[in-house]
Amino acid sequence: MTELSRGATPGPPNRKATLPEAPLPPATSPSPSTADEPTVATGTRLLRTEGLTKHFHIGRALSRHRHYLHAVDDLDISIGERQIVAVAGESGSGKSTLARLLAKLYKPTSGEIYFQGKPLSAVRSRRDVLRYRGEVPMVFQDPFASFNPVFRVSHGVMRCLKLHRGELSAGQRHEEAERVFEAVGLTPAADVLQRFPHELSGGQRQRVGFAQALALRPKLILADEPVSMLDVSIRIGLLNLMAQLRDERGVSILYITHDIASARYVADRLIIMYAGRVAEQGPTEEVLANPRHPYTQLLLSAVPDPRAPLGVGAETDRGEPPRVIDPTPGCRFRWRCPLAIDECHQVTPELSQLAPDHDAACHVARSGAEVRAFG
Amino acid sequence: MSSAPGNDVAGTAAALNTTSAVLTVRDLSVEYVMERGTVRAVDSVSFDLDRGEFIGIVGESGCGKSTLLFAIAQLLVPPASITGGSVVFKGHNMVGLTDKQLASVRWKDLSVVMQSAMNALNPVKSIASQFADAMRAHGVTDKAQIAGRSAEVLTMVGIDPIHLKSYPHQLSGGMRQRSMIAMALLLTPDLVIMDEPTSALDVVAQRSLMAQIKELQDRLGFAVIFVTHDMSLVSHFSDRLIVMYAGRVDEFGPTRQVFDSPQHPYTIGLMEAFPSIRGPRVPLTGIPGSPPDLARPPQGCRFAPRCPKVMTRCREESPELYHVNGTLVRCFLHAGDGAAHD
Repeated sequence: MTELSRGATPGPPNRKATLPEAPLPPATSPSPSTADEPTVATGTRLLRTEGLTKHFHIGRALSRHRHYLHAVDDLDISIGERQIVAVAGESGSGKSTLARLLAKLYKPTSGEIYFQGKPLSAVRSRRDVLRYRGEVPMVFQDPFASFNPVFRVSHGVMRCLKLHRGELSAGQRHEEAERVFEAVGLTPAADVLQRFPHELSGGQRQRVGFAQALALRPKLILADEPVSMLDVSIRIGLLNLMAQLRDERGVSILYITHDIASARYVADRLIIMYAGRVAEQGPTEEVLANPRHPYTQLLLSAVPDPRAPLGVGAETDRGEPPRVIDPTPGCRFRWRCPLAIDECHQVTPELSQLAPDHDAACHVARSGAEVRAFG
Repeated sequence: MSSAPGNDVAGTAAALNTTSAVLTVRDLSVEYVMERGTVRAVDSVSFDLDRGEFIGIVGESGCGKSTLLFAIAQLLVPPASITGGSVVFKGHNMVGLTDKQLASVRWKDLSVVMQSAMNALNPVKSIASQFADAMRAHGVTDKAQIAGRSAEVLTMVGIDPIHLKSYPHQLSGGMRQRSMIAMALLLTPDLVIMDEPTSALDVVAQRSLMAQIKELQDRLGFAVIFVTHDMSLVSHFSDRLIVMYAGRVDEFGPTRQVFDSPQHPYTIGLMEAFPSIRGPRVPLTGIPGSPPDLARPPQGCRFAPRCPKVMTRCREESPELYHVNGTLVRCFLHAGDGAAHD
């Protein structure tokens, strides 16, 4: 057993399942970036995108009028080593498309992804693709749909090991499976491995998802809304696990979420997406303390916070989704933006640096004017 | 259905001094009869809902909050059934009413807004014809009146009446939820029951919808029971808050008070499970363990296995609801503070 088996909390005597749901981190464990200074924000760059674009064709294949849904448009983002980068935005903002592009599930319409400096378009052979998928695995949103119900949970992790780490013997694979299960707080690992998905709670299943990813010795885990289907009391345990994987194993995580508060809790960097484009990005605390883009301000003003007094301002915004089918030039937030000027209707704003390491795509903010749209 | 319906309900209501209450729930229990045993999903829940009041019910999945709503609206289907208690709505015990009797109450006096509007709206009928259906079923046959009222309620929820001609798939998620709410208001009910109506929406749309529900409620005076797993969502909108755990009410009090000084260890745990976007970043722990299997609930307090303040007594006997400064709390920590409820 490793030092990580500390996750076990004493189970109640008469419960059927005595598996810990949310192992408490020990008092000395590194808390999720409570430090004020950007701890690892300037780490070596692991992944970077350049003008990454994905358009989907809409309508019938042979129709004369071709319409395109601009799911992701001209995205320049980067993820450092040992970094949790949160991508936040409403549904339809392109955040899941981004994850799928990075996972090589979609081919970009244009633009390029560089992983450890090498372009992803050059990763073509089966062996190279397999290696990339091992280094950049994905954890899915729905723990109730992403496991095959007829197999024990050991099936998935053993298959991952067989496929990606062929050098291991059967015995070693089993040891490795137990090791990663313990690392994500699923103890006793030997017992949990033999269970069927329906015997585990949602939180435990999501941990299995992370264990599977971990078995591949990943550099970057793409986590698409990993906690949104879980109960609030369970979520924190998973978020703590993500921080622990970063701190103890040096894994980077792309954390896709619509929950800004949870992004703040774990993420080093925050990327706010709107209608397929980056609206704003920077170190999490900096973006939340000084939001420059009106959309970021709207998003922050709408977050329910029981500890805060009721804010005003967001009521007038209906939260209607933007048009991303054949969009015309101009800022895509202009229809909802109370500060929109003429330029916003004609020119698509580029990301520009407004503070050190803090970019926003807004004409008004770039002009130096103080942006106070919402909240 | 063990409780006898209808008998001397008025007398009971008077005895309970709930004349201002539009809804009185007393010792309501619901059981699911399953292969592996009987699951008591709702266990002796009691509360009153005043006219125009907004009550929030929060809890984790499986705590019985949706089952409770379905029991109140008499929408339970086997294997679930009400095994005890009463639901007195406007002076009539709803438990045991026939479908025909219920039909006259539904939409007119009491309406339900379901979690997923996409599934609740008929995909092959326009919004207008679905609105007309509900109105015709309650005797409104005048076409002009139907059209007028449909346009009126749609405008009320902030949708252009032009969308009456639209089909559900032509509307955004937020608009579908809004039209469900509009439909619920067609016949000016006294009570609107909402089961996580905003869970499929983005924060901005969610916030806007909540504000609108509250505004309509203030204007039209209907009462609301709002079920959600997201405590922070109702924090600014509900008058009183019920925190449910494993089929029971664990804490019940004025919303502001519950948020400012939560008493039950479970409520405290829930409050501490939410990261905040303001203030200092602090490490959080959530609540260890998971909710109990209700087919085999733990002896004593159901939260005892996960409770950081558990005492020997908690594992042996079940706590009552105790009064603590105007809040009801099911916890032995407060057993000395006040007399047990009822």
